[in-house]
Amino acid sequence: MKIAVLLKMVPDLVEELEVDSTGKALDTEELKFKLNEFDDHALEEALLLGGEEDEVVALALEGEGNEKLLFTALAKGASRAVQLTGVQPGGSGEQATAFAAALAESSFDLILTGVQSVDDREGQLGPLLAARMGLPCVSVVTGVSVTDGGATVNKEYSGGVMAEFEVTLPAVLGIQSAQQPPRYAPVSKVRQMQQTATIESLTVGGAGGGAESEVTAMAPPEVGASAKMLDDAAALLEVLRGEGVA
Amino acid sequence: MGDHRYQEYVEKDDAVIDGIDVSGAWNRMWVPREVTEYDFTFLDRVTDLSGGESMGWCYECAECIGVCPVDNVGSYGPRKLYRKLQIGLDLFDHPDLWLCTTCRNCLRVCPKEVDMMQIMPAVREQAILNGNVPGELQEMLQNVAEYGNPMGESARKRMRWLKKFDEPVRDLSKEPGEVDVLWYVSDYFSYHPRGIDAAKAMVRVFNRLGVDFGVLGRNERCDGDSQRLCGETGLFEELAEHNHALFEQNPHERLVVSDPHAYNAFKNEYPKLTGTEYNVQHYTQFLAEKTEQLAGMFTGEFPRKVTFHDPCYLGRHNGEYEAPRTLIEAVPGIDFVEMFRCKEQGYCCGGGGGGMWLDGLTADHTFERLSENRVREAVDVGAEVLAVCCPYEVSRFEDAVKSTDNDGKLEVLDIIEILDSCLGDD
Repeated sequence: MKIAVLLKMVPDLVEELEVDSTGKALDTEELKFKLNEFDDHALEEALLLGGEEDEVVALALEGEGNEKLLFTALAKGASRAVQLTGVQPGGSGEQATAFAAALAESSFDLILTGVQSVDDREGQLGPLLAARMGLPCVSVVTGVSVTDGGATVNKEYSGGVMAEFEVTLPAVLGIQSAQQPPRYAPVSKVRQMQQTATIESLTVGGAGGGAESEVTAMAPPEVGASAKMLDDAAALLEVLRGEGVA
Repeated sequence: MGDHRYQEYVEKDDAVIDGIDVSGAWNRMWVPREVTEYDFTFLDRVTDLSGGESMGWCYECAECIGVCPVDNVGSYGPRKLYRKLQIGLDLFDHPDLWLCTTCRNCLRVCPKEVDMMQIMPAVREQAILNGNVPGELQEMLQNVAEYGNPMGESARKRMRWLKKFDEPVRDLSKEPGEVDVLWYVSDYFSYHPRGIDAAKAMVRVFNRLGVDFGVLGRNERCDGDSQRLCGETGLFEELAEHNHALFEQNPHERLVVSDPHAYNAFKNEYPKLTGTEYNVQHYTQFLAEKTEQLAGMFTGEFPRKVTFHDPCYLGRHNGEYEAPRTLIEAVPGIDFVEMFRCKEQGYCCGGGGGGMWLDGLTADHTFERLSENRVREAVDVGAEVLAVCCPYEVSRFEDAVKSTDNDGKLEVLDIIEILDSCLGDD
């Protein structure tokens, strides 16, 4: 079995986020990037699924910090790491197009990606990629088991409802959480990979993104009126009377 | 005993020695007892490691058990560990691996020099490489690897504690140049609210004394010593290379640190990697040299009963017991009282060797936190204030004061806070 895992760096929310001068995007000057936490779960699920015979390939778009990301994936146990070059940075649509181009060249049984990310809260990457490739897609997946020619996947709905899907392979899965917490990559292993392993490079060109939503404005949330703390039930009653509900 | 193998024996049917017939039951030889028949696989796996050798030297005298701070609140100690390894404990995948706080009290009394400070990191390193790392510890390691501090705070916010603080502090990342004292602030002094209190006190004391000092600002990263003791050797090396380069880039006469763990790292561990000796002092050592000057400057008193907790990494690991006491005793009006377990016999707060980030796991295998045990002792000697000089300890002991229902009875203060409180505003 051949499993692809799509990894990407996203803005790290420990830093203050600021909107740049265009008013449409984050100011990346002072931004730190980190691996999308859901992608980390996708990688973990792939590593848990992959046996000795299987191949787990980590793919990332070219970008700052992505080499370390891919070496870390190798240190965790991925069989190969591929960096896609020649891609213009863009939204989920452009990313989906780039990944689709890269994945079309080899026959993967499963393509795993994080269900969403801080810069893709709608979780579009997986569905758009599946649409580009003409493959089935299940999102918000919390468990995968591979059967003959297909896979059984658990999907989480709100309110604690779970569903089980049978899906034919190849398929794209948006992983919500792996069956185990993502493993630790010891720094010495990552360093060893940086010295001994090779990251493959694949040029996919800047194909058009197709239908894509456009950011028209970006702004920090407005600070609302602060909450008023009431002393006792009498004060609450007074407020309710003032609102005409008591 | 049932079918225990002790009952197996051999008898010589025909044993005549020097003409005397000794055959029969009374020449019965018991087959070798289990003591020589252990499966040494698991012990060998420890002693085969570089650093793990001394585990095999244990002759089970149990001197260590009497002084082990963890055994005091549970059932763990080097001798017990040796016994478990003999009878098949896989230490590489067992909670016992994470209980040792590397406080060094066992090595102090061990006639065979079984060295847990070498054994634990060696075995833990293999455990981490095999993916066996407790979740709470993994989070800390990832934070240090990603952000350079165990809290997972932004590296850029490392100097945020200086906001709304009027005292001058030279940030060498912005104002490079030579200083007399390069002050290594450390993680907890930079990010933890109570550590920040102590950091501000340090700045005020330095400034009152006219110390020419600078800090590394946002470039400073975790010293890595606790991560080394957790077995994350690669991370320690990365941090050591980073901090060493900063020390080289920022000319200074001496390195003064807030944290005994950093002191241990820079004094004993970094030189092994970098080949450089650092002129490093813990802040209590630096200030103890200035006791006379300080004494002339005190304007206030500290009329309270104070006891002192020796940090393992300043005391037992590095032999410094006097500097903190010199400072405490110099404080006007102070009533200093020792706890029974002090100096080389000092108890451990539980934070060393990764214990700082293993509270959940340790709680599952002990009946009381080490910090709680220590706080009770401080209360027992009648202290109103527990003085400390390790950034791990304020938060640990303050929590323990609350969890032992001693809130309001015992205050935990860093020595620098006590000194600062007596120096007044100018």
